[in-house]
Amino acid sequence: MDSRDFPAQAAAALEQPTLQRSLAAMRTAMPGLRATALAGLPDYPALRARARDMRDASIGSLGELLRAYEARVIAAGGTVHWARNAEEACRIVGELCDAAGARRVIKSKSMVTEEIGLNDSLQRRGLQVTETDLGEYIIQLRGERPSHILAPALHLGLADVAATFEQHHRRPRAEPLREAEDMLAEARAELRAAFLGADVGITGANFLVAETGAAVIVTNEGNADLSMTLPATHIVVTGIEKVVPTLEDLGVLLRLLARSAIGEPLSAYTTLVHGPRRPGDAAGPRAFHVVLVDNGRSSLLGTTQQPLLRCIRCSACLNHCPVYTSVGGHAYGSVYSGPIGAALTPALTGIAAAAHLPNASTLCGRCEDVCPVAIPIPDILRHWRSQALAARIGTGPERPGLRAWRYLAAHPWLYGRVLALAARVLRLLSVPAGARRRLRGLGSLGRGWFAWRDLPAPDGETFQERWRRRRLRQRGA
Amino acid sequence: MTAPTRSVALLVTCLVDALRPSVAEATVALLGQAGFAVAVPRQGCCGQPLLNAGDADGAADLARRMIAVFAGYDFVVAPSGSCIATLREYPRLFAPGSADAAAAQDLAARAFEICDFLDRHAAVLENAPRWDASVAYHDACSGLRQLGIRNQPRALLSQLPGLELRELATAEAAECCGFGGLFCVKYPAVSAQIADRKLDAVLATGADFLVGGDLGCLLHLEGRLQRRGLPLRAVHVAEALAGQVPGGGQGPADGSGRG
Ligand code: SF4
Repeated sequence: MDSRDFPAQAAAALEQPTLQRSLAAMRTAMPGLRATALAGLPDYPALRARARDMRDASIGSLGELLRAYEARVIAAGGTVHWARNAEEACRIVGELCDAAGARRVIKSKSMVTEEIGLNDSLQRRGLQVTETDLGEYIIQLRGERPSHILAPALHLGLADVAATFEQHHRRPRAEPLREAEDMLAEARAELRAAFLGADVGITGANFLVAETGAAVIVTNEGNADLSMTLPATHIVVTGIEKVVPTLEDLGVLLRLLARSAIGEPLSAYTTLVHGPRRPGDAAGPRAFHVVLVDNGRSSLLGTTQQPLLRCIRCSACLNHCPVYTSVGGHAYGSVYSGPIGAALTPALTGIAAAAHLPNASTLCGRCEDVCPVAIPIPDILRHWRSQALAARIGTGPERPGLRAWRYLAAHPWLYGRVLALAARVLRLLSVPAGARRRLRGLGSLGRGWFAWRDLPAPDGETFQERWRRRRLRQRGA
Repeated sequence: MTAPTRSVALLVTCLVDALRPSVAEATVALLGQAGFAVAVPRQGCCGQPLLNAGDADGAADLARRMIAVFAGYDFVVAPSGSCIATLREYPRLFAPGSADAAAAQDLAARAFEICDFLDRHAAVLENAPRWDASVAYHDACSGLRQLGIRNQPRALLSQLPGLELRELATAEAAECCGFGGLFCVKYPAVSAQIADRKLDAVLATGADFLVGGDLGCLLHLEGRLQRRGLPLRAVHVAEALAGQVPGGGQGPADGSGRG
């Protein structure tokens, strides 16, 4: 999947029944759940404004906060590594695994590791990597990307999961897999072995707290907790923008995160980790590393796209997007999908490969509306459109048309003549449809419109013509 | 009234001008009934397509022209939320503190969508026409989210004797119709699927008419209705309020309508 093929991928996604069922369920259920959960807060607008301002302030002093965080981690016996890009991040993690003499790695769900392509990189080093979040585990078996930033297997149904397990879990079965419970039991058994045999556990982090040196990991399955406590080495891989100043600031974001994401006050597990096992601790890793990934993030600082760094990856913008909830995540062909993906991907990959994404939006503004940190996503999409336009990267036939139209629109008299002519011609070409008239097509013109719609026929003259004629008559009278 | 008659310039909007002039007629009628002196200065386009396509220079050029066209009127009113939202964005197209920015700010402060404007200045319709029909209202996105237009059209429509307002199911009510300007021709299959969700929700209400405030959405939705062979009609709210729905069976204000 490639973002360049968005139109074809999107059209194909519209025809996938399982995906469509999942998206319909999301569309109808999630907005209500989120709205109810947020209504339960004493003052959501104030909390949202506070979260936005705090995130902006944190991003404004990113270097300082990260250094404070690093000092805490070192004091607790851990190590912080700084990775400028995906390649560096993968190399650092790979070398840490090698140094630990690792052969088997377990992971809990992390979008940053998707972004940097960590699994592929570790596997090329000969490491065996197992994803432990159930959805992530399923798509790993299938060799797919997450189709949603929180629900990676959203595009799959039970039958898909059964088929995947039957193919990959080589175990004797009395009868074919049918019940979700049985599938869960199988996955548990497989994953238990992976947990116990792992040398290194890799997790992401939803937030880093500068004040205390905590990495905060939020999950609904508890798999991250096993991933970080059972293996001898725990590596946290996360983006540099995740740092917040204090525990109180963390509290602000946690109150928003699960409510925006799944309509719950909190996720099932919220874990704060600070470093390796201390003397006397019953469990925990012997070695603790944090890899801070930049990968294009710092290039957003000081630009109009900087607000993207506020994102807490709650997925509310995906769940409320008319385009995402029509085509799902894979159609985008990028790691991050939906509105945040469309706004962020051009910054990560360059606009040339991602030009469709900011264009494939109606700019309806619902993403900005539901975003708990008020990221102006439509404005940022417009910015990327302007970049694509300036770089002459076409996403459709609009470029020459737009220029001609721009000229016309700047010359009202001429523009009026052209509109009047168009109104007349369209009227002449229209055919009756009930009490009114319509156009069913214009040959090779307007294919995008007429592929799926008729055009209600115009009256045949423009309002401005009519108005001015009437004025002349009145003056003459 | 002792106060001098205040002037309103109509921002016709391109789609209304070329494709449904009756909407502009209705808007003029409503403004006249509300006691305003209406003018229609010769005008081009507000630049919304350029703004959304990412051509900020082009949009700024058109913005300057519009600022000149509408100088001197007390208000600028349009039968479109998205064009007014564009006018309200003009100040951001110019350097802060510049003369252009100040002029843009001045225009933005005088620019209103028709329902929003009536709600502020003439909330009680002078001649509410009778309309024995059930209607579902489609909230267009720019109006809803950028201008806060939701109750205004409903409050006005509810003054029409005989009219019954039907609300869409919550999930579909808050959703875009899939028009999105160039989006609808660039990604037509996705656009049509989004339209169908909206239309199915409207059909589920059993309403006789779909009413909305933005012609872009309405042409897209009605075009889709026609292609699907459905008889439901999409009507502009200004036409409905002025009693000028073409073939809509509306009665005169005195209540002697067909009901
Ligand atoms: S952009 Fe906002 S709504 Fe979307 S994932 Fe990020 S924080 Fe959530």
